[in-house]
Amino acid sequence: MPVKNAIQGIGRRIINAVWRIGLATRFFFLAVVYSGTSFRRFHLIIKELFSSGVMSLIIILVAGMFVGMVLGLQGYETLKRYGSESALGSLVALSLVRELGPVLAALLFASRAGSAMTAEIGLMKATEQISAMEMMAVNPIARIVAPRFWAGVISMPLLAALFSAMGIFGGYFVGVVQIGVDEGSFWSQMQSAVDFREDILNGVLKSFVFGTAVTVIALFEGYDAPPTAEGVSGATTRTVVTSSLAILMLDFILTAMMFGGK
Amino acid sequence: MERTTVDLWVGIFVVGGMAALVMLAMKVGNLSTYNVSETYEIHAYFSNIGGLKPKASIKSAGVLVGRVTEISLDTERYEAKVKMSLDKRYQFPKDTFANILTSGLLGEQYIGLIPGGDEAMIKDGEQIRKTQSAVVLEDLIGKFIYNKAEE
Repeated sequence: MPVKNAIQGIGRRIINAVWRIGLATRFFFLAVVYSGTSFRRFHLIIKELFSSGVMSLIIILVAGMFVGMVLGLQGYETLKRYGSESALGSLVALSLVRELGPVLAALLFASRAGSAMTAEIGLMKATEQISAMEMMAVNPIARIVAPRFWAGVISMPLLAALFSAMGIFGGYFVGVVQIGVDEGSFWSQMQSAVDFREDILNGVLKSFVFGTAVTVIALFEGYDAPPTAEGVSGATTRTVVTSSLAILMLDFILTAMMFGGK
Repeated sequence: MERTTVDLWVGIFVVGGMAALVMLAMKVGNLSTYNVSETYEIHAYFSNIGGLKPKASIKSAGVLVGRVTEISLDTERYEAKVKMSLDKRYQFPKDTFANILTSGLLGEQYIGLIPGGDEAMIKDGEQIRKTQSAVVLEDLIGKFIYNKAEE
């Protein structure tokens, strides 16, 4: 009965996926509930801010710079046809602040810091450090998960802001310094087009949501990983795939909510 | 609390991130040019506003003096009612003329105020009576074709 087997297989996968979503939700709430303890021991969060935020700085800054430079170049080529090169500043700034900053920073964060979180926790589980903690009456969610969660949530908006700022400098460098777009109109068109609440704060809000999603997925995959070498590697892959998809999907929903229908 | 290099790096990271946010707000966004000064509200009726949008700028002699706050259709007159908030520093005579203009060929639309010679000034909540609607390209082309057909 190959058909029956196939249908059963599909059903099993779906049930399994829904089960895991439920588990992840419970895990998320547990992490929030136990985060009080980790705020009282703030040095744990600082340590995680270092390993997820500071260590991602280089890749975020360099990537932001290059993305901004490409935007400047491509934007100039397109705008030149309509004789409106002076709008280059607003093009670069709006696309970075609204979309590319939060999304690309989150994608980079997912592959740079999220995968590391999953691998670390998965390996802790494989080497039975988590069971050891439970034996010593230390709550592993409060001790391991919550600090990492908050470090991710705090560092994501900062990284996205740095990404956007670097990108704007990259666009400025290519557009104004190299190609020679008028500097005054570059900045003034940018300032008149970018609204603080509408664009910048919405971008920050987006990156908060992405940070939460990425860290929860990464931590859950690590915590849920089968305690084998294969299991940890599979969980790390799943972290990158799932969180990238989650970022792009959430981005669509958030964009539709923030900017849609206007 | 003993100090560690990790703290320093995290400090640099947080300060840098905050600085980037402030730079975005000030240099990229319009927070620094935001109207913090006092404003007053006036309104005007236009028979057609074209592509005018809320937050469009209001200029007099090319200087930004305010922004459009609200656009609605008045169902008693069937005309567009445009509310604007103007900077208190700039007062305009009662017979000021309000035009809907376009910046450049494809640019966005804004309201241009041309002051008249009246002694009395428009006060908060009052109306600009003299208005000129937006130029709608289709109407222009329509008139042109109509005129051509008459010749």
